[in-house]
Amino acid sequence: MDDKFNLIEKNLLKNIADIEKIPMGAYNIRENGKSIGRNTTANIDIVSKKDKPGIDIIIKSNTKNESVHIPVILTKAGFNDIVYNDFYVGENADVVIVAGCGIHNNYCETAEHDGIHTFHLSKGAKVKYIEKHYGEGNGSGDKILNPQTIVYLDNGSTLEMETVQINGISSTIRETKGNLGINSNLLISERIMTSENQFAKTIFNIDLNGENSSVSVASRSVAKGNSKQEFISNINGNNKCFGHVECDAIIMDTAKVVSTPKVTANNINANLTHEAAIGKIAGEQLIKLMSLGLSEKEAEQQIINGFLK
Amino acid sequence: MLELKNIYFFRDNKQILNNISLKIDNSKLIAITGPNGSGKSTIAKIIMGILKPDSGCILFNGQDITNISITQRAKLGIGFAFQQPVKFKGLTVKDLIELSSGNTINLGEACNYLSDVGLCAKDYLNRELSSSLSGGELKRIEIAMLAAKKSKLTIFDEPEAGIDLWSFNSLINIFEKMHKQIKNSSIVIISHQEKILNIADEIILLSDGEVKAMGKKENVLPLLLNSTSKPCKVMVEKGGNK
Repeated sequence: MDDKFNLIEKNLLKNIADIEKIPMGAYNIRENGKSIGRNTTANIDIVSKKDKPGIDIIIKSNTKNESVHIPVILTKAGFNDIVYNDFYVGENADVVIVAGCGIHNNYCETAEHDGIHTFHLSKGAKVKYIEKHYGEGNGSGDKILNPQTIVYLDNGSTLEMETVQINGISSTIRETKGNLGINSNLLISERIMTSENQFAKTIFNIDLNGENSSVSVASRSVAKGNSKQEFISNINGNNKCFGHVECDAIIMDTAKVVSTPKVTANNINANLTHEAAIGKIAGEQLIKLMSLGLSEKEAEQQIINGFLK
Repeated sequence: MLELKNIYFFRDNKQILNNISLKIDNSKLIAITGPNGSGKSTIAKIIMGILKPDSGCILFNGQDITNISITQRAKLGIGFAFQQPVKFKGLTVKDLIELSSGNTINLGEACNYLSDVGLCAKDYLNRELSSSLSGGELKRIEIAMLAAKKSKLTIFDEPEAGIDLWSFNSLINIFEKMHKQIKNSSIVIISHQEKILNIADEIILLSDGEVKAMGKKENVLPLLLNSTSKPCKVMVEKGGNK
């Protein structure tokens, strides 16, 4: 089974899903617009959509300690792969979902993947969702990823979302929408690094509709070279709720970063806070690490690695 | 081990260091003291290479290090504990101790360094060196990092400042332990504290950017006490400055 993938495919899968071979549990692996492998379990079903490209992932109530891997890899250029994946997570299930997209583009044409992921979490469900995006290849063609994540959280459910895009994506617009019910929690951790002429825009639109719902968005990014980044968040407190947004960016070279964290309270009991910071690496941080024996370059790399951890 | 020869440093219309010459021998614990603004921290930064003197030269084990970088000085065996520890978003206590020691460390070794500064490795090892830690905690971690670095010459810039509830005696124990464990090593401590001056082999008294006295503590301490300015009359009346 391990020989199913060639070296390029293995490298992409390792970077986006920490796997180099067929994963355990439920999975659906998509390559160049087609499913190339699928497995279901007694508790997790994966069904192809009939009206549009994509799959429904149906997780039974009370499913515990199981995972779903749905990585997407692109090794051909010249097309835009749009896919709709809907997750239906049953009551009190507790699962890990690993998604992500890796592009290897050795061509001059663009390779683009737009994944639209919709999560429906039933009462008391808990999901850890890990999404990594990665690009590589020697071609001059752009590597574009425009993911959308739409989240519906029912009473007492929790979604913890970790998104990482560190390398090689020419352009991305990432949009996350949340509709939070009573006592539900949404925890988002985002890490982005851009370099050269890359562009990354990330938008969070979160509606805290249920009493005692909460959201925490923690975004850290590094903008190098001549890259541009934009961070936008709209947190709407429509009930007694808690929301916190934190966006930190390190800016280097001739990069540009715009940060717009917006909070709106539509209820007197909405408790909303935000922090935004953009700045270059502090000189004293470099000096401290150099005084431990690191070169200036090594110190810079350590600071960035730590920041994006 | 270290020799400063005729160091001058002028900034913001002020002669901060005025012809400083001094020697620090192997296996010594040296205290540098003097009033605020006397140039103590500037000397430390000039030794580490953070500031460059306008003139003069610095020798370390016979090698002229005046024009070499901070990194090269660190590799030669000079270490510096900052007066104001630097915060790092994302880097953990473990990361910093490993970078200091130049190796990966296990829980036992981490416990060794951190327990010496009154912190439990299990509670602190994976914490970020960020604003989530108090000034006192950051200061203790800074000291633990320098203990892990095991430099031939370590400079502590006012290590006692902000040490909060942790005992002063423990701080002194660390200096003595480092001094003993790192063969032929010397420690320079910039301090106003009499307890620290008391453990020093030698004291350097600075004032207005000049070395006013240098020698065994028995000879320098009395000069220091005599040079202390008169206490504030109001404070004395209120019993707060006796």
